[in-house]
Amino acid sequence: MEFSQQLMQQLINGISLGSIYALIALGYTMIYGIIKLINFAHGDIYMVGAYIGFFAITQANVSIFPALLISMVVTGLLGMLVEKLAYKPLRHAPRISILITAIGVSFFLEYASMYFVSPTPRTFPEVMGNVAFHVGDLVINGQQLLILGITVVLMVILTYIVQRTKLGKAMRAASFDTETAQLMGVNADQVISFTFIIGSALAAVAGVLVGVYYNSIDPLMGIMPGLKAFVAAVLGGIGILPGAVVGGLVLGVIEALVSGFISSTFRDAAAFAILILVLLFKPSGLFGKNTNEKV
Amino acid sequence: MGTMLKIDNINVYYGAIHAIKGISLEVREGEIVTLIGANGAGKSTTLRTISGLLKPKDGKISFLGKDIAGKPAHEIVREGISQVPEGRRIFAEMSVLENLELGAFIRKDADGIKADMEMVFRRFPRLEERKAQQAGTLSGGEQQMLAMGRALMSRPKLLLLDEPSMGLAPLLIREIFSIIEDINKTGTTILLVEQNANMALSIADRAYVLETGRITLSGDAAKLAASEDVRKAYLGG
Ligand SMILES: Nc1ncnc2c1ncn2[C@@H]1O[C@H](COP(=O)(O)OP(=O)(O)OP(=O)(O)O)[C@@H](O)[C@H]1O
Ligand SMILES: [Mg+2]
Repeated sequence: MEFSQQLMQQLINGISLGSIYALIALGYTMIYGIIKLINFAHGDIYMVGAYIGFFAITQANVSIFPALLISMVVTGLLGMLVEKLAYKPLRHAPRISILITAIGVSFFLEYASMYFVSPTPRTFPEVMGNVAFHVGDLVINGQQLLILGITVVLMVILTYIVQRTKLGKAMRAASFDTETAQLMGVNADQVISFTFIIGSALAAVAGVLVGVYYNSIDPLMGIMPGLKAFVAAVLGGIGILPGAVVGGLVLGVIEALVSGFISSTFRDAAAFAILILVLLFKPSGLFGKNTNEKV
Repeated sequence: MGTMLKIDNINVYYGAIHAIKGISLEVREGEIVTLIGANGAGKSTTLRTISGLLKPKDGKISFLGKDIAGKPAHEIVREGISQVPEGRRIFAEMSVLENLELGAFIRKDADGIKADMEMVFRRFPRLEERKAQQAGTLSGGEQQMLAMGRALMSRPKLLLLDEPSMGLAPLLIREIFSIIEDINKTGTTILLVEQNANMALSIADRAYVLETGRITLSGDAAKLAASEDVRKAYLGG
């Protein structure tokens, strides 16, 4: 293949992978925005989402779209439950306590999953058949198209919710200044619950899509993508929604380029090198403003 | 005139810090009452407790005969108490219009909201010109107007104002205070916290003086403005 073609092909792969990172990163960034917590259990929520989708398809025999919906609902409720049981009691505790709790929740989800669904990887059922689209010499397979299509639809819905609805405005207000939002009549507990539901549901979609893309899921599958999505959120500017999307896509593309042109063994190293570079040179991220508040 | 807000011997703590030490005060329907005092006296703490952002350890707060002490902030605003917090606290990353919409968060009457939005724009024409602008880019005076407009959007019976003159030029302070008087004339009761005691006493009916968590003086605003103690401590001679 010619260089430019190979470049295009890697871009397509990168954007697919990046969409997955973006979906997970959105949850990180939304949750950070509202309670200033790096939810280290978020990658495991994504894993649970993948399993719910898996069981919906294999046990309930539904097709991919109902499976996605079921997974979003169940995983969304799980996210809400985690917040209510583990994080809410610590709302006024020092930041470090809640961070450690998040790590505890992460281990809990990983090892409880191992207990209930066994540590053995499962083969995710084929849902797209072997469709592939050829554009010139480029190949876009059905899974990639599914990932892109669903990601775009979810972004549009999310943007609508956050920008236009009353609940979305309440979310933005509470992220910016929780106390003042409460003075407006916003129930912070409700908004926080809602944020966990949305963030977890998006991660669930990512989990199912990864199952579809890579065909294999296991109880520890959330660790690496969880970290990568965290890098993506930081790269875009933690707390900033468009930042999470762009951060995810940029990270996906860089990883694909590194695997395609250098070696896939450097893929993870590249992601974490980005984290270090961002933290060194622009800790507020690509979209972050240098905080310079008017008093 | 009936009593609107009655605070009865409340104590408020920040951890071990005893910020409000058994204060009692009263605001009657239709009044402008001012609470003055030096830095750290506990003025903001008092307002934040009324609004439900802080819980008093003991004592009573009743509003229109209903006990509201310890209720969460998002419910207090539904009772009819709205606050313009210290430092304005506008939602800087949202537009002027969105800030005002958030002010009406508790309401569902679209027509009423629209009418009140127009009322706010009549009162603060500069906000209408800038309604699509990001609120954080407004000048200090405009931000104060936005914070006041936002608080009015919930159609409060009682408006709590925490240092509306802070950081504003004298001309603008005068403008803001005349707007406060005007808001009061159109039927909103006002509890005004100020360090600018001169201005506050000039528009208030009654006043309380707060010193390190205790009320040390109270009474008719004009009489307090004339009193030797107050002149010495708060009016610069
Ligand atoms: N979050 C807090 N944690 C601990 N102490 C606090 C906190 N907020 C206020 N205080 C203390 O409570 C006391 C009263 O503070 P408050 O903000 O009510 O004063 P104020 O009268 O509004 O002052 P200013 O005119 O400067 O706004 C002060 O001693 C202050 O240091
Ligand atoms: Mg104060």
